Amino acid sequence: MSLLDTPLWEVIKGSFSPSIWERLTPAIWETLYMTALSSLIMLVFGLLLGILLTVTNPDGLLPVKFLYSASGWFINCLRSLPQMIMIILMIPVSRLFFGKSYGTNACIIAIAASCIPMYARIVESSLLEISKGKIEAAKSIGSTNLQIIFRILLPETLPSLIRGFTVAVIAVISMTALAGMFGAGGIGDIAVRFGYQRFQHDVLFAAVYVLIALVQLVQWIGNFTSKQILKKRKLI
Amino acid sequence: MTLCAIGVMEEYIQISGLYKTFQSHSGPVQVLKGIDLTVHKGEIFGIIGFSGAGKSTLARCINRLETPDAGNIKVGGVDILKLSKKELLKERRKIGMIFQTFNLFEAKNVYHNISYPLEISNVPRAEIRRRVLETAEMVGLADKLDAYPGALSGGQKQRVGIARALVNRPQLLLSDEATSALDPQTTLQILDLLKEINRNTGITILMITHELDAIRYSCERMAVLEDGRIIEVGAVRDIFSNPHSHTGALFARVYTEFQRTDMEYGSGI
Repeated sequence: MSLLDTPLWEVIKGSFSPSIWERLTPAIWETLYMTALSSLIMLVFGLLLGILLTVTNPDGLLPVKFLYSASGWFINCLRSLPQMIMIILMIPVSRLFFGKSYGTNACIIAIAASCIPMYARIVESSLLEISKGKIEAAKSIGSTNLQIIFRILLPETLPSLIRGFTVAVIAVISMTALAGMFGAGGIGDIAVRFGYQRFQHDVLFAAVYVLIALVQLVQWIGNFTSKQILKKRKLI
Repeated sequence: MTLCAIGVMEEYIQISGLYKTFQSHSGPVQVLKGIDLTVHKGEIFGIIGFSGAGKSTLARCINRLETPDAGNIKVGGVDILKLSKKELLKERRKIGMIFQTFNLFEAKNVYHNISYPLEISNVPRAEIRRRVLETAEMVGLADKLDAYPGALSGGQKQRVGIARALVNRPQLLLSDEATSALDPQTTLQILDLLKEINRNTGITILMITHELDAIRYSCERMAVLEDGRIIEVGAVRDIFSNPHSHTGALFARVYTEFQRTDMEYGSGI
């Protein structure tokens, strides 16, 4: 159904039809798969990169000016690339890893490459929130830098890290919409192909419902987890 | 202290010729201008001075949280400034530190705050438990081990800080304005606790503060720090009654003024 020849209300009613949802279901799984895997990769490398930035900062635990400037520069460069360009750049990379430059896995590489630098900056921001006094206390106790990072820095800023991760996952979800470029499927691909290119606006609406629900769910989980931790620590 | 009676006090902290300059946006600021100081084993030694006099910097040089530009620091015979990174970490476990803002780890409950120094030293689990319970008992927090710092009062937080600083049974405790954020009653409780611990364990305490009452109440000897230099050292009694420095005179004057007001108008209780 198209908004061009059918009234809005009819289109909305039509967007709940079973045939649409049949078509949408595999796409939902593809999106979930891409989101989950990309988020996991982003979590690991984003955390490591964020920690590197925080620690090598001139005011940080182990200032190494060269590493700090270099990684900062590298991240800024990656962040300057629009997601579409990143996808094109990652084509040879995915061919290297997976043997083919298209498909869900190839898309994951592109999403990770684009979102890791963003999450690294968010992690850096969270880690810098910690009060200098706590680090001093940890040092005065005789902690090594590694102990300070993993036993103090990360646990202390956990609620903030979770909220930051939530923001990043939602960015990942929105990038999966570009998966269509790879023939990787997903809800966004359906939305673009049927909704935009074929003017089937009932399909478009259905895809939007799913995306809204997904983002709401992710945000809710993040808020809830973060709040529970703060409650346990009697900080709220 | 018994050694005091004999007239022989072992030197525990020996500082000579300490210099430290910080870089600020308005240029270099020399915060320590040649500090010479001796603290005896087992005493509670006070360092008083205005804000910016260099008190905190001096304390942080002793456990090398700050590295001085020049000078010598010996703690318990060990040259702090010559230690390697690894040796420094070991040496730091023999020096406890408590802070004005407590600096507790909010992600950990009281038990784990106190056990943290032991956990990073790879002490066996059973031994950790024993020591944590013992130290918590010592500071009067044995019933609060499951609580999180977020639920504690200021006095309780500082007790946790003290327990955490003492769990490794250090020989020296650096107290950096530890009571400055507490109300007078709680301050007295904490000072009493520190005095008791000093009596029972013979630990040396370096009390850095701007609070006159704290020094008067707890310290036998003190030094006055003014503008990066030690300008007076001696018995608390002597300095308060007959100060030779500008800072000392100012402090003494404030102190006697408060005393006089109390006597004239009553302490209001």
